[in-house]
Amino acid sequence: MLRIAAFSLFALFFLFPLYAMGDFSTRAPGTGARTLDAWKNLVADDVLFGGIVISVALAACTVAAMLLVLVPTMIWVRLRAPWARGLVEFLCLLPLTIPALVIVVGLRDVYLWVTYFLGESTLTLTFVYTVLVLPYAYRALDAALSAIDLNTLSEAARSLGAGWAKTILQVIVPNIWSGIISAAFIAIAVVIGEYTIASLSGFENLQVVIVQIGKTDGATSVAASLAVLLFGVALLLLLSLFTRDRKLGVEAEDPALLTPAPTVAANRGADA
Amino acid sequence: MTAPTQHDSVTETGLAVELTDLTRVYGSVSALDGLTLHIEPGEMVALLGPSGCGKTTALRILAGLDEATSGTVSVGGNDLTGVPANKRDMGMVFQAYSLFPHLTVLDNVAFGLKLRGEGVGERHKRASEMLELVGLSQHRDKYASQLSGGQQQRVALARALAIRPSVLLLDEPLSALDAKVRVQLREEIRRVQREVGTTTLFVTHDQEEALAIADRVGVMGKGQLQQLATPVELYTSPATPFVAEFVGLSNRLAAEVSQGMVQVLDSRVSALPGSISAGRGIALVRPESVTVTADVDGTARVTAVEFLGPFSRTRLMTVEGEEVVAQMTSAQARELRVGDRVELSIEPSGVLVIAEDPDS
Repeated sequence: MLRIAAFSLFALFFLFPLYAMGDFSTRAPGTGARTLDAWKNLVADDVLFGGIVISVALAACTVAAMLLVLVPTMIWVRLRAPWARGLVEFLCLLPLTIPALVIVVGLRDVYLWVTYFLGESTLTLTFVYTVLVLPYAYRALDAALSAIDLNTLSEAARSLGAGWAKTILQVIVPNIWSGIISAAFIAIAVVIGEYTIASLSGFENLQVVIVQIGKTDGATSVAASLAVLLFGVALLLLLSLFTRDRKLGVEAEDPALLTPAPTVAANRGADA
Repeated sequence: MTAPTQHDSVTETGLAVELTDLTRVYGSVSALDGLTLHIEPGEMVALLGPSGCGKTTALRILAGLDEATSGTVSVGGNDLTGVPANKRDMGMVFQAYSLFPHLTVLDNVAFGLKLRGEGVGERHKRASEMLELVGLSQHRDKYASQLSGGQQQRVALARALAIRPSVLLLDEPLSALDAKVRVQLREEIRRVQREVGTTTLFVTHDQEEALAIADRVGVMGKGQLQQLATPVELYTSPATPFVAEFVGLSNRLAAEVSQGMVQVLDSRVSALPGSISAGRGIALVRPESVTVTADVDGTARVTAVEFLGPFSRTRLMTVEGEEVVAQMTSAQARELRVGDRVELSIEPSGVLVIAEDPDS
């Protein structure tokens, strides 16, 4: 009973602001009548729609860049350079400890070269966002890699004739898929919600546009904010459903067959 | 366990394996120190030794998963020293379970064939044959997590053999299994190996396993091959004190050598090659070579009797204060009581006699 009461209290605490946002964004200014104009602006307002498109594109580019950099690096470090694991972890977690303002100031000179070579597209934020999502992506991938016997699986694949590319793509990646999905979803949530770096760097992404619109059209601004929030929640729910399905996916239909197999740790011998 | 069946389609012709003067140094530690080993086509050789003796290092170098500091590896006359693991065409079964968790049993077995560009029909046919060979056809659509440890290792064996490897490498494949399954599976490995005829190197630290299934057993110690011989020869005629003490149990008894004969426990037996030529030494005597006869005037006394099922091990103390272990049938051991006086003798097979101070 106490648990239900506590749960209800917390639900109220978290859901009431969302309800308030929903209520505010569906009322006409002045009259207070119900209207969906603010929500229609999400696609009708060119600036806002442009912000949504650019943020989605940024999220896609960031996820692609992050996975291309991080997945092979983490696999390689675990297999071939375990001595570098601590260093890689430190570097990946470093962005968490540096304020966004400091990152912007630090990257200013770098971005002079980036814009010189690639133009002033907002998509160039991909580079800094890739760094920004590293801590979250690293944790998700690290957990997935720790859950498999990476050395044995890769050696088994190689002994069967797979080169390194096929070993990674056909054996390792399918077995850390839940970690990759987690890393990607968290990266999307971070990028879609990022404001400080884009704003201080003079780029217009969704959050920057929302703030700008908020100065003249509060309802549309709140509708866009609520949409982003719901999108983030949906992603996290999907993530939780996906990882749960993966865990349950290969459970035996015949429980009698599930003779406990020794753990990886128990299997690994101490022999030279 | 399935009955042995003939599979002409799975039979391969083995190739000779030659490891020449292999060394492997990790920092200041020498894991392999000049290992030279020749394996005949179709032969199964077991490398036996304690942890850290270099047996797994040797197997990994042969597989291409580790690099030798010096020395060469050749299979069927082809030098494979610098060839990467994925191009060596060797099948390997690992100590840890190595089935790919995202693939079914059938797809695991067919994985190597897919990499070789074989069509779906052909590779599924071959994988099915291999699964039939190891008696797991009915589990072809299951995942690794749905199989027991023994079943997983049998699938791993089928997967390793499916690619028609030039050499089969077994890296302690039974060590994670319980005792009963180990015995079943080692017999199955031997049957399958004989059936397909693939040259096989089997690494283990379990001497019973090695002696039971290998054509020849190589005992390794401190990175060197101490002796390579048939199981019987290895047990009855150990070439070095290390082999004598590592393979089976040995009593260390005071002995006197003269003219090729050994005087030990009031018995006179021949000295094995490798023994000291003359003088006092330590005879390494197998417990089953010690004969115990009840005798109230005997020179030894029973201190303990350990029941081991069909056999019992009896601990005895001579009047000179030497401790002796004798192995006999449990029926014979039932006649003995702790404190009984007995007479000890040695069976007339040869014994190895080493110097009193092994370092001298």
